[in-house]
Amino acid sequence: MAEKSRWCSVWIGSETGILKGVNVAKKQAFNFSDFSTLTREQEVSAMCWGDDLESEVLVGCVNGTVKTFSVEKGKFTEFRDCSGGEGPFRGLAVHNSSLITCVESGVLKVWKEGCPDTVEVNVGRDVYKMRQSTSEGHKVAIGGKENDLKIWDLQRPEEPVFKAKNVANDWLDLRVPVWIRDLQFLPESDKVVTCTAYHQVRLYDPSLPQRRPVLETSFEEYPLTALSLTSDANSVVVGNTQGQVAVIDLRQGRLLRCLKGFAGSVRALQCHRSLPLVASCGLDRFLRIHNLEDKHLLHKVYLKSRLNCLLLTSRENIQEQEEKVQESQEEVKDDDIWAAMPTVTDEVSTKGK
Amino acid sequence: MVASDNEEMDFAEPQVKGKRKKKDNKAESAKKHLKEKDAEMEKLQPTSNGDNNTESCFPPTFSVSDIKNKQRRHFMFMKLKQQKKKEKSDLKKKRKREREALGDKAPPKPIPKTIENQRVYDETVVDPEDEEVALDEGTDEFSSYFNRLTNPKILITTSDRPRGRTVRFCEQLATVIPDSHVYYRRGLALKKIIPQCVARDFTYLIVVNEDRKVPNGLVLCHLPNGPTAHFKVSNVRLRKEMKRRGKDPSEHLPEVILNNFTTRLGHSIGRMFASLFPHDPNFIGRQVATFHNQRDYIFFRFHRYIFKNEKRVGLQELGPRFTLKLRSLQKGTFDSKFGEYEWVHKRHEMDSCRRKFHL
Repeated sequence: MAEKSRWCSVWIGSETGILKGVNVAKKQAFNFSDFSTLTREQEVSAMCWGDDLESEVLVGCVNGTVKTFSVEKGKFTEFRDCSGGEGPFRGLAVHNSSLITCVESGVLKVWKEGCPDTVEVNVGRDVYKMRQSTSEGHKVAIGGKENDLKIWDLQRPEEPVFKAKNVANDWLDLRVPVWIRDLQFLPESDKVVTCTAYHQVRLYDPSLPQRRPVLETSFEEYPLTALSLTSDANSVVVGNTQGQVAVIDLRQGRLLRCLKGFAGSVRALQCHRSLPLVASCGLDRFLRIHNLEDKHLLHKVYLKSRLNCLLLTSRENIQEQEEKVQESQEEVKDDDIWAAMPTVTDEVSTKGK
Repeated sequence: MVASDNEEMDFAEPQVKGKRKKKDNKAESAKKHLKEKDAEMEKLQPTSNGDNNTESCFPPTFSVSDIKNKQRRHFMFMKLKQQKKKEKSDLKKKRKREREALGDKAPPKPIPKTIENQRVYDETVVDPEDEEVALDEGTDEFSSYFNRLTNPKILITTSDRPRGRTVRFCEQLATVIPDSHVYYRRGLALKKIIPQCVARDFTYLIVVNEDRKVPNGLVLCHLPNGPTAHFKVSNVRLRKEMKRRGKDPSEHLPEVILNNFTTRLGHSIGRMFASLFPHDPNFIGRQVATFHNQRDYIFFRFHRYIFKNEKRVGLQELGPRFTLKLRSLQKGTFDSKFGEYEWVHKRHEMDSCRRKFHL
């Protein structure tokens, strides 16, 4: 299992509760869950990396447990009961070895390592997404149905740092409904991009006094379910419930290109950190990897269950051929020797975590 | 003139070669015929050129449609057609003779190519021993029916103010599906009907849509948690319009036959149809409802059978008959605005290959 899991470049959580790893270079997919114990309650609803080295995957299940999967060992190492509030997890994040969870009913909790008491923040009802800032790990953004974008600083959990204001009434002077489905921080800035079930894409800038979006654009006419910023953060990839995926420019709000080949609703999208690649999964049970520049479908993997969440490694050798992978495997074997050596001080072991 | 003729022959050659390629898989004797044909083509071409007197601007490939004289063109075309027909029948006769000469040793007849047996490989075709699909299906929305926890109860309604055939179609559908109740729509919104259905323990909601008095759409919504399938309905033949039809169906619970639902999507659709009918059919009634999938079209037929002796079975169609084509499969109960689709038929993207099937 360890040998298999180490080279998986995409991790996917499914509706049946199975954690799947896909090795894109070898075109192989593995299941890392035991079928006999699975029930619908273990449906994966959120996923995140356990650390910056991407050696652990945290899997949030609908029944309120967070499982820790070790990529090196290829198995689940820890089960943690993080229940509280109602509904499935809408976001998981890790900051300084403490775990941040948020459930649908709006209870955001910070679970400190080895400490039973938690910080609890009520962020409002019907949360659809919680995501952490990439540059400042203690900041999280939250949005949901009739729950407009809020940014919380977890060091001062009393009040949100930023509260968005709904856009102006429409041409009939009616209130515009709010339903954020997905959001993401722009890297190295406070800006947040959101997508809504009313097919709008909005960009908020908390550094300005204006609390309304600085940019708004819309795409097609079905609810947008997932979004991901491209590596250069100039554009955003959005997907909707009918399987239409588009790249939208964030400077002008223009539609740049559409990606094809989807059959059903897109549940998760993620762009590679440096390469022009986007991985997507959804209800049509396929993992697809597109090239963002020429729109080509590079990989299409059938994974047998409806897929909920997705994590893409930031390694750059995702698509490289067998030989190169083997080379690097040897390197890792060297690393193994180093890893197997007894550690002298405690400091090193804590760093490893 | 001669030079240009030669040139023409050079260009005409690949055309014939192309034909040869197509016939490659046929018996070798065909080649002989082609050679004869080549010779005939040679004969044909100078005459046509002579007629037109336009050697310089004449396109290099010869075709009958280049002849400008209508009578002449017609004549040549008829000739060409007759010649082709003759060749074909000769070839057929020859093959038959060969087969007869070989007798029992004759090679088996080649299987004709159809777009179904040339189907593009589909990785989603379900392997019956697949653990993961079994797990998925064992816990999905239909599992309570297949674990015999619930009995189907169906509500049939139409679009608002149904007229003509749609009304009769609904009535006849209700005689096919046991424990189904036809209700007048009364202008109600589907989203308001669904909670009421759930409260009254209905497991299915069927909505027949019509266009100009003809049923053209069917929404099949599984309750309480979905999924919802949307079909196009065509070729509806009601009981009255059918020839050699049996007596009206009896109250017995029919058997169900589901054919060719092989892919993962097909499985979901097949399970959906299966859970429309109660468990344990009354075999004494000898009635069968068939959902036959062929090239992504689902054909519905309703029959009564009888075993005449050990070998022969008599079939009697009871009607109605219709054809369904899946348009979309949506997760959850009917919600066309915010519902998430598991599969949507996208014509321009998905129908680019005729040999690719989804069910």
